[in-house]
Amino acid sequence: MLIEIVSWIAVALIVATSTAMLINRDWRVSLGALAVQYIAAFWLVTRHLPFVMGSAKLVTGWMVVAALGMTRLGLSHIEEENEETFWPRGRWFRMILIAIVTLVAAGSTPRIEAAIPGLGLQVIAGSLILIGAGVVHLGVTSNLLRVILGLLTMLTGFEILYAAIESSILVAGLLAVTNLGLGIVGSYLLIAGVYPPDSEDEETA
Amino acid sequence: MSAPILWILVPFATGVLILLFLREERAPVTGGVVAAILSLTALIIPIDIAQLLGPVSFKISSTIQFFGRSFALHTADGPLLAIIYGLAALWFFGTQASGTKNRFVSIGLMIVALLTASIAVEPFLFAALLLEMAAMLVIPLLVLPYQKPGRGVVRFLIYQTLAMPFILFSGWMLAGVEASPGDLGTTTQAGTMLGLGFAFLLGVFPLYNWIPMLMEEASPYVTGFLLWALPTFTVIFALGFLDRYTWLRTSPQLSNAIIFAGVFMVASGGIFASLQRHLGRIMGYAAIAETGLLILAMSLKSTEVVNVTFLLLVPRGLELAVWALALSIIKRKAYSLRFSEVQGLARSYPIAVAALIFAHLSVAGFPLLAGFPARIALWQELAGQSLTISFWAFAGLFGLLIAAIRTLAVFVMAEENKPWELNESWVQGVMLGLGVIGLFILGTFPQILQLFIANLPTLFDHLGQ
Repeated sequence: MLIEIVSWIAVALIVATSTAMLINRDWRVSLGALAVQYIAAFWLVTRHLPFVMGSAKLVTGWMVVAALGMTRLGLSHIEEENEETFWPRGRWFRMILIAIVTLVAAGSTPRIEAAIPGLGLQVIAGSLILIGAGVVHLGVTSNLLRVILGLLTMLTGFEILYAAIESSILVAGLLAVTNLGLGIVGSYLLIAGVYPPDSEDEETA
Repeated sequence: MSAPILWILVPFATGVLILLFLREERAPVTGGVVAAILSLTALIIPIDIAQLLGPVSFKISSTIQFFGRSFALHTADGPLLAIIYGLAALWFFGTQASGTKNRFVSIGLMIVALLTASIAVEPFLFAALLLEMAAMLVIPLLVLPYQKPGRGVVRFLIYQTLAMPFILFSGWMLAGVEASPGDLGTTTQAGTMLGLGFAFLLGVFPLYNWIPMLMEEASPYVTGFLLWALPTFTVIFALGFLDRYTWLRTSPQLSNAIIFAGVFMVASGGIFASLQRHLGRIMGYAAIAETGLLILAMSLKSTEVVNVTFLLLVPRGLELAVWALALSIIKRKAYSLRFSEVQGLARSYPIAVAALIFAHLSVAGFPLLAGFPARIALWQELAGQSLTISFWAFAGLFGLLIAAIRTLAVFVMAEENKPWELNESWVQGVMLGLGVIGLFILGTFPQILQLFIANLPTLFDHLGQ
């Protein structure tokens, strides 16, 4: 019973962190929310995978957050986040989007549980909310850091659900490498073009 | 020694070593030689069959265990590995001539190794993860450290990342479909997920918008390499799905979806190419049309499906390599590659312009060039299935031909008194010359390819048997 309650708290945490990442424009808050989101995901993953494999996902996630955070910290004096140029935009629009994602997840969770018994309502709900929030994030931004955050959110949601059906160490390892790779690629893209080329780069262009 | 170590670990480690320890100038030859040796080894030494070398007997075993799963390359994979590493060697040797440095060879070797791992991993649907890792490795090549990332590269990253979950989920759902083939709901869901996954991976209409964008933003040589490598392995991955699951081969709805996806790509790629005023974007749309042809080949309801697909895949590597090399040489003179900036370049870069036009004509299926035999074979099979589909495939290729004629017209529009010059270096001239000769040889004597593709149908248990 206690485990069930903690799992629902993890789902609530996922909704809260996804909303925070989507509506807040401060990158520090977004990365903090991502770090907390990985804790919730860790709990849901360990419902089906051993504690050690779940921990690996948590540590990987935090490494990604650290990589992105350190990169962005070094850029804070150079580039401020630009306002998106498309309409509709704004906090309320994003709140409505997250509400829609949550409602869709709430509606489809029992049906998926009925179709694939044994996954667990919390696991399905948490996973669907993260996938939906990630896709919404990708849809409403062209900012590089936010695109990477959207992809990581979507992948985390997928990993929670996939952990319930595939417990291979190789897959867990490859998914961890994919997450780390996304973090590193994101960091690279963030700093690309910020600093002027040195003479060697100019030669090799 | 086992085959996965030789054709996955060795090139990956070589790539790492080149990246860390070798000077950029020496990387193309080193990487090219390593890839060529791997290609020849795959061609000469059969996997999993004992060989006698003087008094010494040796065997390259086929399988290696890794974290509880296996990576296996069997005897039938030999010709495929020879093709892959042979074409990779071609790309690496051309690096110096194209002026592309920035770790292209080292990261390129790692990418080819990862993609080879994608055809070796068992269960084969884990290949989606390796394809995603290879796609991420391409990013540092596409965006140089001092260059702002454009929209194309971001879309590429998004689409490739979205593909992976769809394919992994669909693979799991397909197992359920196999267990209860009568369950229409699960079948539809699995088919839709699989279709979406491959649509993202292959850049099926309308998800290919990142390709022309990338051709404008990034180095044509690197983008050309990407447009060769990823679709090639994705097609082999897709053939694996068709081979593994009977209902995918027999489902008329899925077959129609594949045909329409392919014909949309050929027709739209060709027609859009004919409307462009940018050489890079034209190459991007031509690559899209070629991917469409590959999808059409996979949709054939014939025993020739594997033969036709590989007959398209091999010349594609050569065509794109020659085209991208020529484009890179031209880009050093006319940075934006717009028609207005390349006008009259035929007189100052005659070899590069000629190579570009021949590669373009080959993609359009012009007779005597490498692309022609494969397109004839595909048309012959398509015409037996549907004349409408054949017509639209022809329309797409006709669009590519119009684009080639427009490009040629722009190149030769020089001032009357402008003298002819030869501005290509001897390395560039030799590489382009060899490439064009290769295009003619493959077009005139396509039976040469039989050496490589004759045994490829044995890669698959059901497909093409």
